[in-house]
Amino acid sequence: MAQEVTQILLNAQSADGVVRKVAEDSLKQFQEQNLAGFLIALSHELANNEKPPDSRKLAGLILKNSLDAKETARKQELVSRWLSLDPAVKAQIKRALSQTLDSVVPDARHTSAQVIAKIAAIELPQGEWPELVGSLLANMGGPQVEKPAHLKQATLETLGYVCEEVSAEILAQEQVNSILTAVVQGMNASETSNDVRLAATNALYNALDFAQTNFENDMERDYIMRVVCEATLSPDSRVRQAAFECLVSIGSTYYEKLAPYMQDVFAITSKAVKEDEEPVALQAVEFWSSICDEEIEIQEEYSGDFTGDSEVPYFQFIKQALPALVPMLLETLTKQDEEQDQEEGAWNLAMAGGTCLGLVARAVGDDVVPLVMPYVQENVSKPDWRCREAATYAFGSILEGPSLPRLAPLVNVALNFMLSAMKDENNHVKDTTAWTLGRIFEFLHGPNVQFPVITQENLPMILTVLLESIKDSPNVAEKVCGAIYFLAQGYEEGTGAPSPLSPFFQSIVQALLVTTDREDAGDSRLRTAAYETLNEVVRISTEDTATIVMQLVPVIMQKLNHTLEMSVLSADDREKQSELQALLCGVLQVIIQKLGASDTTKFGIVQYGDQMMSLFLRVFSCRSATVHEEAMLAIGALAYSTGAEFGKYMTDFYRYLEMGLQNFEEYQVCAVTVGVVGDICRSLDDKVLPFCDGIMTQLLKDLSSNQLHRSVKPPIFSCFGDIALAIGENFEKYLIYAMPMLQGAAELSAQQVIRDDELIDYNNQLRSGIFEAYSGIFQGFKGNKAELMVPYAGHILQFIENVYQDKDRDDSVTKAAIGVMGDLADTLGPSAAPLFLQTVFYKDFLDECTSSDDQQLKETAEWALSTINRITNVG
Amino acid sequence: MAGQAGVPPRVHKRSISDQQRRREIALERQKQSRRDLQQHARQLASGFSPPSSPSQWDDAAHDADCSHSSPGSKRKGILEGTKLKGGKAREFYSQQLMLPEWMVDIPINLKKDWCIMARPAGQRCLVIAANGSTISRQRNGRILHCFPSALPNGARTRDVAAASHVYCILDCIFHAPDKTYYVVDMMCWRGYSLYDCSAEFRFFWMTTKLAETGALNPPTAHHRYRFSVVPVFECNTASLQAVYTGSVAFVRDGLLFVNRHAHYQMGLTPLVLLWKDAECSLYLFDTDSQGNVPAHQQVVLELCSDGTVVTSDQPPTVLGSLPSDFLQQNAQYLKPGDLLRFAIGDQGISIVDGKPVVADIHFQGLASKNRAGGADSCTKILFQYAARHSPLTIADLLVAIEASDDDGDTSMAC
Repeated sequence: MAQEVTQILLNAQSADGVVRKVAEDSLKQFQEQNLAGFLIALSHELANNEKPPDSRKLAGLILKNSLDAKETARKQELVSRWLSLDPAVKAQIKRALSQTLDSVVPDARHTSAQVIAKIAAIELPQGEWPELVGSLLANMGGPQVEKPAHLKQATLETLGYVCEEVSAEILAQEQVNSILTAVVQGMNASETSNDVRLAATNALYNALDFAQTNFENDMERDYIMRVVCEATLSPDSRVRQAAFECLVSIGSTYYEKLAPYMQDVFAITSKAVKEDEEPVALQAVEFWSSICDEEIEIQEEYSGDFTGDSEVPYFQFIKQALPALVPMLLETLTKQDEEQDQEEGAWNLAMAGGTCLGLVARAVGDDVVPLVMPYVQENVSKPDWRCREAATYAFGSILEGPSLPRLAPLVNVALNFMLSAMKDENNHVKDTTAWTLGRIFEFLHGPNVQFPVITQENLPMILTVLLESIKDSPNVAEKVCGAIYFLAQGYEEGTGAPSPLSPFFQSIVQALLVTTDREDAGDSRLRTAAYETLNEVVRISTEDTATIVMQLVPVIMQKLNHTLEMSVLSADDREKQSELQALLCGVLQVIIQKLGASDTTKFGIVQYGDQMMSLFLRVFSCRSATVHEEAMLAIGALAYSTGAEFGKYMTDFYRYLEMGLQNFEEYQVCAVTVGVVGDICRSLDDKVLPFCDGIMTQLLKDLSSNQLHRSVKPPIFSCFGDIALAIGENFEKYLIYAMPMLQGAAELSAQQVIRDDELIDYNNQLRSGIFEAYSGIFQGFKGNKAELMVPYAGHILQFIENVYQDKDRDDSVTKAAIGVMGDLADTLGPSAAPLFLQTVFYKDFLDECTSSDDQQLKETAEWALSTINRITNVG
Repeated sequence: MAGQAGVPPRVHKRSISDQQRRREIALERQKQSRRDLQQHARQLASGFSPPSSPSQWDDAAHDADCSHSSPGSKRKGILEGTKLKGGKAREFYSQQLMLPEWMVDIPINLKKDWCIMARPAGQRCLVIAANGSTISRQRNGRILHCFPSALPNGARTRDVAAASHVYCILDCIFHAPDKTYYVVDMMCWRGYSLYDCSAEFRFFWMTTKLAETGALNPPTAHHRYRFSVVPVFECNTASLQAVYTGSVAFVRDGLLFVNRHAHYQMGLTPLVLLWKDAECSLYLFDTDSQGNVPAHQQVVLELCSDGTVVTSDQPPTVLGSLPSDFLQQNAQYLKPGDLLRFAIGDQGISIVDGKPVVADIHFQGLASKNRAGGADSCTKILFQYAARHSPLTIADLLVAIEASDDDGDTSMAC
């Protein structure tokens, strides 16, 4: 067999499907019959310089794939399979791989480097293969021993891959030190081979996370920084690009160590941005963007309050570099590509420069304005479209960050200019102008904005321009939709008074509908943008335009009906159909919610209930295994609007509800469905009972599953509360299953070691969910089944006390917790009195809440206090 | 790796994205509704003053105990049985099992609404673990074994003994060859009633809860018989093949089809169906005492005081009567309530509305009074009859499942 391996590997890459199939089958057979022999044969194939490069490459790939897989379970399986191989076999394979690093064939070396790293990823954490790093370093030679360049290149590549695969704590500090020494040596200007320098620079990128200790040491850090900066001047652009990538990474990983180097770094990035090839220049700009990211984050963290003892220092690098940095970025803006607005995912120096300028504005605020405005004024009317576009882009970029008093006068002057620029002869200028209008509305318009730029006077003109420009080419129209979206968002709903938009409402809706029907709307994001803008317009609509919203219902339903009749021949068709259905269900959801929220408009929904529901069910039936999230959300809104009436849909709907609850993979769908169960409980009340066995079974399965994303668990607990409140004492039969889950989760959450903000948030959500469950159960059992909760009362109070002591407790947990205290007292009555009499904390907790500014919290606390007092005073 | 992935483009001219917003708004509405409803409940609560006299609390508790609709009433009912002795106890326990009808035609929505399992051959038992011991009773109520087990409160060992309100009731088949109780259903677990839960829910708890105890472990001194959970599957062609021919630890005696939504109800139910053929059961046809299949189908019917002979159904179906002079002659042998064996003659059975109305039956003799299942049911007679004439085959079942499209429509089977 082994003799034929070469031919089989070549056949497996044959263009002839039959030949390929036979070869693949025999490979599979070989592997199944004799795994060790198979892997050894592959490693020998890879190592053998006599063999054709193609068979060697495939041999290496198969080896690599037998060590690692994307899917966790499969990966685990491969890892254990490798570990259980005979040590002699493994040694033989590793020997062949190491030997390959010295091959003259580049592909073979490269593949071998990858395979070695995969084995290292398995063995190093187990404490095996301790000699790996040493033997690799020996390949690098020394003062007396010169090794061939290709071996050094392959070795550095291997070291880079090993650092990428293995986590930092696995390697001992002296190993890290020797790796870094070898890598930095390879990067040094004295290294004559560019390939070696490139491999070394790439390796350093992966090794940076390991270098914490080395970056603490001034001498070592200086040396690393010097070598990296020198590499940015290498004659080989690949090396320069890789060196800048290292700088970007150092910028975010070691921000606090950067101060001494910033001047030099500015000089080299500035040179690269001006002179170098685009891929290198992009990385140089990215360095400044990532420094902006760091400084924006630091400022958000400390909300501008720097007392000097903050953990992360704030060096204001951007502010200091501003006078030179802004001109450098402005210079990039005229380097646009002709087609950039038509191509999805386009990225070039002008885009990177503008994006960086936007970040700079957020990092320094007002200081950026005087540096940018002269450029805008000078260029915005120039005959060259590149200048006009660049000036507009610069202006749009600085609208977030500086203060409103600083921006408002400028925008007031610019607005008319921008509106007329929507008639510019150049597509890119119009695209950027529409985007800038959107940013103006986003940041300088709204009920809470001090200096609103939109007034009764200029609104008609703004809308005339927007509704005209929405007919422009798709990329411009999409940005116009965005502008309308933010324009609408600035008008708050709910004051009762007609909105300033009302007079234009009909024409806005009409224009958006026409846009969704455009034949060219499907090629870009235009159709999506138009529907989503329609959503926002509906959301902020006022009662005087409710009739128009109602008239939208049959229109959207008809469009949804069309999607059901689309011919679906390919996966592509299926995806298109599904996307369109998502958008349309989204619009219906927003309309249902809008009209359903008010008693005077609710009938507009109820009259279409049957038709909508049957459409949603048909949307569901377009898929076999999953349910449509947007249709699910729309159904939730419908249940909320129709109330008990919704019961008539349950028989048909139930299977999809169940399917949604079973969807572990798309956890958003599962979470949305859990929310819909809550809607249904509130609408059907005890009529939901016949479905509860099934629902509870699914929810309990969800909770016991470790596949399900954790974010779904808090809403499931809340949902227990919804069910209990709906079916009252009938919840009894689920109690012994629900309570251990709740208690378990409560205990786990109390023991949680908090490591980060995300976990704090999650813990608070989890606790809110648990409390909402308890509240629902107490309220549901009040009267007939109160005694069932007696055994749990002590534990629940204990949990509330734990939560009370937690410094990270947020407002919603606090509300939920004191609600439960009141519910517990109310439901259990005097029998709970001893518990409260033994407890000290509850009074402090309630005192804290009754003196709160939050009215809702205050009322709940007062109610809880009076309820507890009532039962404890009964004696 | 650096230099290979290129620059990750940042978001450029960010456009709107509404989907996440829709989710969040929906979530906010749900939260608000939940708050409103709880607030409402609390306002109701503060409107009423709590019962102040202890007697009112007692009444409430008392009412709850007496409520006949609560699951507690059945639980209580079955505990009543422990106070009964001898024949009364047997009679009581003989009525506590859910009994399958035989599958005479294929239910609609087989794929959507039904679960399937292979049915172990052996003695059907009600297994009750309570007060530190475990008792299994056969269908006729007679005790099969009284033994210690690792079920909760099934033995007097430190690990499993518990307070008297902790007890378990299981529906099992005792499989003699490997001395194992195969659990096919769970009615109570740790004192908690599952009677009113759907079959799917019960199966889920049966599988998860038993695995949490030592009951599935090999026997020890304090755990005389091993328990084993019979795997339950959703009804599809693959699982049907699996339960029909796939390897199982026990001798198979037909297949059970259980409606996912069915609660556990005592006595015959059309929501659990038994099906078998010669491939998956050694006991397709009833045999005589020598183990031979008689030439004519045999049925066992119960003699009523008016001389009619009836099936075990509720209400019973009359399949014929014995002549009064014959009864008088044999009055000392034939008493009402006796089980009599008949052969079905060449004229067979007349069926109206899916029930046999009259049968050409010929008296053969007395059947054992302690016969496990009592008289035969209509569906059993019909199934056995069909099995001899035009049986419902595995192929019919597969076709019915395949024909169940996503809407669960098996109209062809109707």
